[in-house]
Amino acid sequence: MTSALIQQLIDGMAALMLLVSFALLAQHRLLSVLHWFATQGVLLAVTAAIVGYGSHNHELYISALLTLLLKGVLLPWLLWRVIKRLHVHREVEPLVNMPITMLIALLVTLFSFHLIQPIERTSVLLTRDSMAIATACVLLGMLMMITRKKAVTQVVGFLAVENSLFFAAIGSTNGMPLVVEIGVAFDVLIAALIFGLFFFQIRETFDSLEVDIMQSHLLKQEDDE
Amino acid sequence: MSTFLLSVLQAVLLVLFAPIAAGFVATCKARLQNRRGAGVLQPWRNLRKLFAKEVVLAEHASWIFRSAPYIVFTATVMAASCVPAVLVDTPLSLTADVIALVALLALGRFFLALAGMDIGTAFGGMGASREMTFSALAEPAMLMSVFVLSLGAQSTNLTTMIHYTLATSFALQPSLAFALAAMLMIAIAENGRIPIDNPTTHLELTMIHEAMILEYSGRHLALMEWAAMVKLTLFATLIVDLFMPWGMATEISAGAIALGLSLWIGKLILLLLALALVETGLAKMRLFQVPEYLSGAFVLAFLGLLAHYMLEIGA
Amino acid sequence: MSAMLAMLLAPLLGGGVLALVRDTRLAARINVVTGIATFAGSLWLALLVLRRAHDLTVLGIWFHLDAYNAFLIVLTAFVGMTTAIFSGPYMLNEHAHGRVGDGRMRLYHAMFQLFLFGMLLGFTSNNVGVLWVSLELSTLATVMLVSLYRTPASIAAAWKYFILCGMGIALALFGTVLLFFASSSVLGHGNEALSWTLLRAHAAALDPTVMTIAFCFLMVGYGTKVGLAPMHAWLPDAHGEGPTPVSAVLSGLLLNLALYALVRMKMLVDGATGGNMAGELMMGFGMLSLFVAALSLHKQQDIKRMFSFSSIEHMGLMTFAFGIGSHLASVAAMLHMTVHSLVKSGIFFTVGHAAQAMGTQKMSKIRGLIRHHPGIGWGLLIGTMAIAGFPPFGVFTSEFLLFTAALESNPWTTIPLLAGLLIAMAGLLRYVQPMVYGEVAPQAKSVRVNMIPVYIHLGLALLLGIAIPGALAGWYEQAANLLAVGAIR
Repeated sequence: MTSALIQQLIDGMAALMLLVSFALLAQHRLLSVLHWFATQGVLLAVTAAIVGYGSHNHELYISALLTLLLKGVLLPWLLWRVIKRLHVHREVEPLVNMPITMLIALLVTLFSFHLIQPIERTSVLLTRDSMAIATACVLLGMLMMITRKKAVTQVVGFLAVENSLFFAAIGSTNGMPLVVEIGVAFDVLIAALIFGLFFFQIRETFDSLEVDIMQSHLLKQEDDE
Repeated sequence: MSTFLLSVLQAVLLVLFAPIAAGFVATCKARLQNRRGAGVLQPWRNLRKLFAKEVVLAEHASWIFRSAPYIVFTATVMAASCVPAVLVDTPLSLTADVIALVALLALGRFFLALAGMDIGTAFGGMGASREMTFSALAEPAMLMSVFVLSLGAQSTNLTTMIHYTLATSFALQPSLAFALAAMLMIAIAENGRIPIDNPTTHLELTMIHEAMILEYSGRHLALMEWAAMVKLTLFATLIVDLFMPWGMATEISAGAIALGLSLWIGKLILLLLALALVETGLAKMRLFQVPEYLSGAFVLAFLGLLAHYMLEIGA
Repeated sequence: MSAMLAMLLAPLLGGGVLALVRDTRLAARINVVTGIATFAGSLWLALLVLRRAHDLTVLGIWFHLDAYNAFLIVLTAFVGMTTAIFSGPYMLNEHAHGRVGDGRMRLYHAMFQLFLFGMLLGFTSNNVGVLWVSLELSTLATVMLVSLYRTPASIAAAWKYFILCGMGIALALFGTVLLFFASSSVLGHGNEALSWTLLRAHAAALDPTVMTIAFCFLMVGYGTKVGLAPMHAWLPDAHGEGPTPVSAVLSGLLLNLALYALVRMKMLVDGATGGNMAGELMMGFGMLSLFVAALSLHKQQDIKRMFSFSSIEHMGLMTFAFGIGSHLASVAAMLHMTVHSLVKSGIFFTVGHAAQAMGTQKMSKIRGLIRHHPGIGWGLLIGTMAIAGFPPFGVFTSEFLLFTAALESNPWTTIPLLAGLLIAMAGLLRYVQPMVYGEVAPQAKSVRVNMIPVYIHLGLALLLGIAIPGALAGWYEQAANLLAVGAIR
């Protein structure tokens, strides 16, 4: 493959990442959120493999495999099991309605483009163009964490942010050193396990996975203790 | 002189071909649903029948109601004459601007909505209000999608844009993919096809376009329906022009024109087939979901715009 | 090398063993022994650094010790040790009252040591990526600790802590990625490009624009963990709802690591840009935190929450001081870091005992501590005086140095600084005064207390206020030289 074609492929993957980030934000049902999340993981793995091929950085193949297993399969499956076991309602309840969320998302994307533009000029890497998109994806994941009430969706937002960060790492720098990447992957795994543990506890204690209700407990306790 | 003639011929061809295209979609759908269907020429037969019939006007119909079919039809045909179908360079190419095109379509829609409200029946008003709500969302999305393409060509003139696309070599361009997806969504919405509206139903609660022309009869109805069919062909041609203009005739020679014509018809058939498939496969969505669908199209188009700047300019 | 390994392995092994030990009394003892071993290791390490009087890079590019992190390592190991000593009887008491079961006692001890391991790894690491990982590790460990009681409020607090810090830490990782992006064009794509010492050496070659943007992300990211306003919302909840030893190490140690990381990043950015953008940003956040915390202090009802706001206030002060970046300000900031860790963890120990004795954390119900139990009462009063900045305690010294530094560089800032400190002091005294004096509250009961760690901490803070030992002063000097290089340039 020529480097021009690889460049185009990576750009295409970046565009798909952005699309998936928007799709994650736009979903109404929890299950489809998970589907998109898994898609994002697979996309990430494919991107890592392409970048690895293009830059002859063979460490990236290991990253790609790790990503595929962890983010494409394991984490979505874990979350899926949590949802099944807890019988979480199927509707995702946003704090802000969809069109406005989308509008904010567009503004966020514009902002990150504006922010990253000066950086892109300085780099000579194959993959520099995807930096702006990676930034946008990070911020979109945060938006998802902020605008959702359900604890599960917040976690998916958190993991989507991690995914985007990984994308930024491979997209903008041809991958961080493997040690760091393994460390990060390990942390994400622990975080996900703790999240899973929390879901059950939250459910047990509050009989709900709504963050609002938890917050109200905190405030109430402050008042009446 | 001959180019002028050719461009007139092209427009006439598009207008005459439109009912056949509509009939083609209907037939394909029928076949997909294991029916025989009425045949490709059925819309033509319907139009002939309607033209022969007498016009019945409501008691309170004003001049707007009476003139609206002519205005709508003229505006749509004018829009159709702007769009190059076979020949890229036409004497009208200076006016073949996408913004003018959208404006012409908007003019038609404006009178359609006025006519819908003119009689004062509940359905007409309802249809008009829905049409205007949705078009307010669809139009920016459509313009945004066209702008993605015109960024490369640095012009909103269709002829220039086609020339630009023909001149650039093929490359994977995410922005074009986004724009195409948005454009397809908008085309479905603008033409009132499933999943937005169903052109074959007269169910009170869901109809949009049909509600506005419910009071029309005779040649007025014929013109309104014809205009709708022209609009469908127009959108299909527009998509062909913008996203896959390969093979269009850039010079006037019998061979180039024949090739352009056959390719145009071929691409049109593919698009209409896809439409039939979509219409068979999907159910109509609930009315209040339509704004979400349209804003989705807008977001897609906008993403195309951003992707263009992020990925393609910086490269 | 071996000292480093001993120090790092002690908490890791201790944590592993503690995860298996079922007997809670034995576990508490192992916890203390591990703490002592870690502290011994850190002292050994510090002596090595001190004796050689220059930086120490161990295991190739993986670990790095200089004057700046050596004193923090000793401080961390020391507070970790005293907290382990304090937590023995405290947690046994909680266990006896049935607030924590057997299994969770094991979880507590294991997570406590894991947290210490994460802290020490973060301080010693030379790799900014590993620094991030270890900060995340200690965050995860403390999340488990904060939710230890499993009450609705503690789970809600832990969730909030997790989500907010998760977001913050994600931003910090993004900043780190940007940093790598900038450095990979200079240092290649290997681990060298994340090694702090190499980054520092080549700082001038890094792209200033990228570094500026990277620092903005790092500032917000690590700033969330430091507890800077307006990202501080998690901190009072996490401190208020977790067990007291956890509040002590959160305030005394974890915030330090985050601030340490931020300052390390600032040194790189200063080197790259040549300006003081990073410092100004830090001064802004620091000042804002000081005011938000000082004003919020007055609205509190829960004693641990009130002192956690005091932590925000002091972290704001330190961030401000590091932001000024002059030699004197750096010394002030490091001294303040030391005394704040000592005094604040001491206060939390006392508060824990006070809450156990009174059976509540609500300040309006805590009355007459001095009469009920003079040790607790005087401890709380003296600790509060110390943290509020009364002479002759070390906080006064460091704050005085800070004012002097601020007067030198940005004279106008001294007025708001002074105002913020006075507001905070008024808030502290307003609540503490009725708690320690007066009649004993009716629900008070006697508890087994262990005030020795508190006295040690306060004694050290007093010592630092009267005369800073020569060795330590030399150390601060050395570290301040290191920090100030970038700012002068």
